[in-house]
Amino acid sequence: MIKLFSLKQQKKDEEGSARAGGSQKKASAAQLRITKDLNELNLPKTCNTEFPDPDDLLNFKLIICPDEGFYRGGRFVFSFKVGPNYPHEPPKVKCETAVYHPNIDLEGNVCLNILREDWKPVLTVNSIVYGLQYLFLEPNPEDPLNKEAADELQSNRRLFEQHVQRAMRGGYVGSNYFERCLK
Amino acid sequence: MADGEVQTLDYQQRRWHNIRKLLERSGPFCHPDFEPSAEILDFIMNSCKVLIVGAGGLGCELLKDLALMGFKKLHIVDMDTIELSNLNRQFLFRKNDIGLSKAKCAVEFVNKRVPGCEAVAHHCSIQDLDEGFYRQFHIVVCGLDSIVARRWLNGMLMSLLQYNDDRSLDQSSVIPLVDGGTEGFKGNARVILPGMSACIECTLDLYPPQKTFPLCTIANTPRLPEHCIEYVKVLQWAKENPWGSSTSLDGDDPQHVAWVYEKAQERATKYGITSVTYRLTQGVLKNIIPAVASTNAAIAATCATEVFKLATSCCTNMNNYMVLNMSEGVYTYTFAAEKRPDCIACSNTTRSMEIESNATLQAIYDKLCEDKGYLMKSPGITTIINGRNKTLYMSSIKSIEEKTRDNLKKKITELGLYNGADILVADVTTPNTLTIKLKFSNNLDDDMGR
Repeated sequence: MIKLFSLKQQKKDEEGSARAGGSQKKASAAQLRITKDLNELNLPKTCNTEFPDPDDLLNFKLIICPDEGFYRGGRFVFSFKVGPNYPHEPPKVKCETAVYHPNIDLEGNVCLNILREDWKPVLTVNSIVYGLQYLFLEPNPEDPLNKEAADELQSNRRLFEQHVQRAMRGGYVGSNYFERCLK
Repeated sequence: MADGEVQTLDYQQRRWHNIRKLLERSGPFCHPDFEPSAEILDFIMNSCKVLIVGAGGLGCELLKDLALMGFKKLHIVDMDTIELSNLNRQFLFRKNDIGLSKAKCAVEFVNKRVPGCEAVAHHCSIQDLDEGFYRQFHIVVCGLDSIVARRWLNGMLMSLLQYNDDRSLDQSSVIPLVDGGTEGFKGNARVILPGMSACIECTLDLYPPQKTFPLCTIANTPRLPEHCIEYVKVLQWAKENPWGSSTSLDGDDPQHVAWVYEKAQERATKYGITSVTYRLTQGVLKNIIPAVASTNAAIAATCATEVFKLATSCCTNMNNYMVLNMSEGVYTYTFAAEKRPDCIACSNTTRSMEIESNATLQAIYDKLCEDKGYLMKSPGITTIINGRNKTLYMSSIKSIEEKTRDNLKKKITELGLYNGADILVADVTTPNTLTIKLKFSNNLDDDMGR
């Protein structure tokens, strides 16, 4: 136990005096943690990151180019925004590439449990990368965000596959236009 | 004793009668080092500086409690202004005060009401105040509603710690943090001795995660009125951008709330869901849990008592985390939260590295990989220069490696580093990002005071 009272009898510095003088700003806990996460990022060979500003580790892009499954040959860009409350709160992740996918809607919202309700501070950026990669390998029609795509995947796999291909080549699926995203 | 004080002596005697009983007599619960004396009252009245962070529900209580206990050198900081909905429990404010600074109104009220009190208000955010400001206090007590703010304050107090040459903690640099929090009928109070006991970051997983619903549920199978409101908040707002794409949803803007309310109602009707109300909309948007005045009073009283104990040693402190739950009956329990040996905030005792002032970044990198004390694999090195983060070198990410590779050849002084600057180093070999202070070995005319 600390002997505070005896220590505290000494007079404290007056505000701003002594050692102070424009000292270096301290890194926030979020900053320390994301630096650690990124330095240990172990990307699968289908993934890559891009940092528009290498000094800003809180905002970056993840590019996934699946090499198997429905989305093989496509190139999908996700934006990551890491907030000051990381890792208490997950990063905000959006898909910037228009994609015909049961778990990604046309505004780029992604339905991945660890990005919302199942996020835990022990998870890392790497966990999210693997989660997103998994979405392309195993689209999950049980948790639909694009309901049309999900219903189609369940009822007519062939047609779904054709639509995915058409969207990736650039074209209309139903009334929605998709930009070409093949590599 | 000055003449003016003689007149009030009789009143003073009676006023501090009860406090004196605690401070001028010994007892079985006293701290082992406690020595009863009249000086202690003098200390809390004339020397002991306490910072109260937050002038809301807990802050009003804390300011009142501490002022009545005899503390005079009180400072209180809050960036908020008074709103109508505060008045039911933030009892230092009146209807006429709406729109004014919480910190200033609270101080004005208490200084007028409690003779001798010299509280000082700071109407700004905690991040606007620097190390020099925080260092002047003996004790910090906070009543905040935000985890981000708690973590920031925790980090600030950790950064004020000084270590001796043998890496032991210099106890005179410890500023205890007493933290209170409430949510409805539940609350907690805790005592943190930075560098010595569990800190905010050690126990971060104790904070419940924000209540969220799976995105697919709110998009496709809403069942609750909350699902409808979340739908409008998360999906529909970004799609329709009713005030243009540059305006983000503001839960304090009545027009925004009204828009969300209307759209959520439409959606609820479509799915046969009832009871979307304006109040609920407000609640979901701002994550409001109704504040209960009696919970605030109980938690603030606990915190104020702990501050009193810390300042006087007249009683040992709680060890170190108390929970209070009044939602069914009254339940309370106190336990010792444990310090995490790998805590990102409080285990990060700054190390120092000797380096020549004309060395290159490569020299630092090599030292990190080859020196016995480090033996790192692929250290990522960043720093903060003029308040901005700067990535010096990081090999594990290709795009960053390419853009920072040239830095290795540069002199560290060219990169903006100086004697006494901190670099942050992350590596697989350490559980956390390390803070390393550079010490120029051939430094004659140092710029330590920078």
